[in-house]
Amino acid sequence: MEGRSFGSPWTRLLLATWRALSRAACAMDAESLLLSLELASGSGQGLSPDRRASLLTSLMLVKRDYRFDRVLFWGRILGLVADYYIAQGVSEDQLAPRKTLYSLNCMEWSLLPPATEEMEMQTSVVKGRFMGDPSHEYEHTELQKVNEGEKVFEEEVVVQIKEEKRLVSVIDQIDKAVAVIPRGALFKTPFGPINVNRTFEGLSLSEAKKLSSYFHFREPVELKNKTLLEKAELDPSLDFMDSLEHDIPKGSWSVQMERGNALVVLRSLLWPGLTFYHAPRTKNYGYIYVGTGEKNLDLPFML
Amino acid sequence: MGDPPPDPEPPSQPTSSRRSSQVSERRRTRPSVAPLVHEELQQIPLDPQILRGSREALSNQSNLHGWPQSTSLTPNENLVFQAEDSYVNPGFPAAVQRQAYLSEGRLQASQNASLMLQQLQQGEGNLFQELESAYQEPPADLGQFTMYQREDLPFSQGTEHGPYMTDDPTLQFSPSELGFMSFNMELPEPEPRELAVQNAKAYLLQTSINSDLSLYEHLVNLLTKILNQRPEDPLFLLESLNRTTQWEWFHPKLDTLRDDPEMQPTYEMAERQRALFSRSGGGEGEQEMEEEVAETAVPNIMEKAFYFEQAGVGLSSDESFRIFMALKQLVEQQPIHTCRFWGKILGLSRSYLVAEVEFREGEEEAEEEELEEMTEGGEAMEAHDEEEGDEDEDKVMDVIPKPTWKPPPVIPKEESRIGTNRYLYFVCNEPGRPWMRLPHVTPIQIVQARKIRKFFTGYLDAPVISYPPFPGNEANYLRAQIARISAATHISPLGFYQFGEEEGDEEEEGGAGRDSYEENPDFEGIPVLELVDSMANWVHHTQHILPQGRCTWVNPLQKTEEEEELGEEEEKADEGIEEVEQEVGPPLLTPLSEDAEIMHMAPWTARLSCTVSPQYSVAVVRSNLWPGAYAYASGKKFENIYIGWGHKYSPENFNPSLPAPIQHEYPSGPDTIEMSDPTVEEEQALKAAQEQALAAAEEEEEDEEEDEDEDQDD
Repeated sequence: MEGRSFGSPWTRLLLATWRALSRAACAMDAESLLLSLELASGSGQGLSPDRRASLLTSLMLVKRDYRFDRVLFWGRILGLVADYYIAQGVSEDQLAPRKTLYSLNCMEWSLLPPATEEMEMQTSVVKGRFMGDPSHEYEHTELQKVNEGEKVFEEEVVVQIKEEKRLVSVIDQIDKAVAVIPRGALFKTPFGPINVNRTFEGLSLSEAKKLSSYFHFREPVELKNKTLLEKAELDPSLDFMDSLEHDIPKGSWSVQMERGNALVVLRSLLWPGLTFYHAPRTKNYGYIYVGTGEKNLDLPFML
Repeated sequence: MGDPPPDPEPPSQPTSSRRSSQVSERRRTRPSVAPLVHEELQQIPLDPQILRGSREALSNQSNLHGWPQSTSLTPNENLVFQAEDSYVNPGFPAAVQRQAYLSEGRLQASQNASLMLQQLQQGEGNLFQELESAYQEPPADLGQFTMYQREDLPFSQGTEHGPYMTDDPTLQFSPSELGFMSFNMELPEPEPRELAVQNAKAYLLQTSINSDLSLYEHLVNLLTKILNQRPEDPLFLLESLNRTTQWEWFHPKLDTLRDDPEMQPTYEMAERQRALFSRSGGGEGEQEMEEEVAETAVPNIMEKAFYFEQAGVGLSSDESFRIFMALKQLVEQQPIHTCRFWGKILGLSRSYLVAEVEFREGEEEAEEEELEEMTEGGEAMEAHDEEEGDEDEDKVMDVIPKPTWKPPPVIPKEESRIGTNRYLYFVCNEPGRPWMRLPHVTPIQIVQARKIRKFFTGYLDAPVISYPPFPGNEANYLRAQIARISAATHISPLGFYQFGEEEGDEEEEGGAGRDSYEENPDFEGIPVLELVDSMANWVHHTQHILPQGRCTWVNPLQKTEEEEELGEEEEKADEGIEEVEQEVGPPLLTPLSEDAEIMHMAPWTARLSCTVSPQYSVAVVRSNLWPGAYAYASGKKFENIYIGWGHKYSPENFNPSLPAPIQHEYPSGPDTIEMSDPTVEEEQALKAAQEQALAAAEEEEEDEEEDEDEDQDD
């Protein structure tokens, strides 16, 4: 392009804006994967170079095959034998349920079924680490009431739960519980659909340290319980999701500044392994989950 | 309304001439530009105020874009740009035109703004054409005198009205200049079209409720900006430009002289980290290089970070480098023999970077003695106080019964360089911050640390509030966890370490086993595939911590000399009641295959770092018991690291210890229970009974005497 050589500042800004627009993602956008991984590396777990390379290639193909608008790398669940790499595909509407894909080697991706409540109930009894084998079946003995004629007695039934189901429900739980997005990154139009805010320039430093400037990336649950006084101060186009401030138990988020105050990192203590990063005053933000896929139920004792 | 303005050239030509840098076309358009120039120059003097006003607005925007603060700089810049270019393409309008939208565009904007105003007034539809023609104006002028010429215009040129200017002065000035109305002109009746235009403009000039900005001014700013910058696809960017312009109006950029207060801590941190990168001492460069190239205690962090990165573990490379510099700083500050980056422990508000360090011989003892003296001094004071208390007690008549409870014997901590205290640990929150030394760990701290589960806050002096109460603050808890993690997860390939040559100590008391190892110079390295296949190829090279909290067992009932002196009497009561079993743990250098399983789950997971290219892979072992502990081995190199929250994995939920059972009350007996005082009747009854008994006794005595008398009489 002609404009580059003597660098009109506007042209440069334009190009940066365009690139940043594609970067405005919730999990990690495939296009900005390398930068995102580097910024989220403070938690210690990341991806090895070969995985990164294969991810970049395969996610591009996934986007083409499934006709997604954007493909985001969600994270990695550590299993005993093998790890699951998870990606999510996004369509136009940001808050619509996303399609989840998993892979064991970052090359071949399989679509996971959407999560249902029944699945969640079934898999809530399974504890322990993930095996790493999607066809592994957990056995769980339950007492079920069996009606035989007129007698009602309890029998021990062995229920088998597939690891795939468990994977689906864990990913869903994590997304619902701890997926984070900064305030102002999305805005809601009066007609309903939620769009990416292209003029989002990042939070300022003082805002970035407060939990109230981050939202749960899901349908709001607590918003309607707010008093009218609180709602009066909200901006309906920006504040349409629950903020992290009122999470129970209080203190289940760890907010830290890293890299000499140039990066704010939120780590969830309820699902250890979830890291959200944001570079204040820039458009970079995202989250990644690298962990064992187990909820930390001991949290109240640990605070 | 006057005649329509002359149409010097069709619109296509100016665009093409603007886009192309061909000289020939420029020459063609040159003469045609001249008459237009004349007109425009005439327009301008009529609106010097507008010019200045819009230029000010422009300069505001220039500020926001980081351009020179005042427009007075622009002519200088113009000069600069054109001076630079002049010897490249002297006098070529193409060159001038190329920079036009860099330097002169700013000036153009002001002209454009004024033009737009006038066009609106005149209701002309050829807005763009006018703008384009205005745009071509600078090439026609001789570069550096452009600015000054224009400024001179109001004074040099006559106030000739253009053919399309009406006599109504109010239509030529913006509302802010209404004070300049000269009333000697006749005011013709405005035609309906003009009236419509005036109404439209008045509507646009309404200021909004929230701000002083009117839509009109905003549009002026917006279009000015677009025309200055000429982005590739303005329609697509219109919305974002809109928002940006609005935002900029209300958020002028701060003075360049004053620092942004929000960024203060960031800059401070950067300064501190910069200090890391400066080499120590000034001095001659060559000598220092030689010294530094020689062996230092600082390990090659970057190499290890590279291998860990292959495994997908570790911090980013620039962070690793900063850690390396920080370790180097530590080595310079303290007398260190060997040093290793142990890992990172995450905390709530801050994280800890941990360095495992061994002091040089003799250095550490000096510091330890100081610490011991302080503690001993404290103890002496306490003993003194107790003695005084005892004396006071003796003086008091009542002897307070001494409690029979004795505190459980304190298990002595291990000496430095032995067992759990083999290494010293330094922590810092971020590279650049000072390193702080962690105290040695005591067995009781390890025992209590096993019972509690708390997050680290990031501040070493924070209290650890838990049940059972942890003896110490966060620094002690951190040290205890570090000790546990080291003992459980520091592994090396089989054969890397071997025992020393001192045989014959196998029959030591209690079979404590060997506790020292050395590097095996003949280690050949184990192939990566074998390392991954079997856990027997890895061994622990740190001692296992016994349930007691130490690596070597100590009988807690063995009295030390002091205790024998003080409590002889009590001892005899205790002896022989408790016999403590000796605790034994797996000896040093046991392979990982001997490790206990967690709920049918293997405690270690081994992988190749890259399955696609196994020949260059690294063997990576991950602990399932302490999530976050990793080890890699490749050829003759290996390393351990821990990055995590610092807690053990437990498949079941954490059960905090129950509080101790309620203590029994004192045994109730007649001497402790309050008896009720006897009533008067009872006392009288008692008295009566006593008198009766007395009388009966006297009668008996009398009878006895009579009997005796009788005997005597006989």
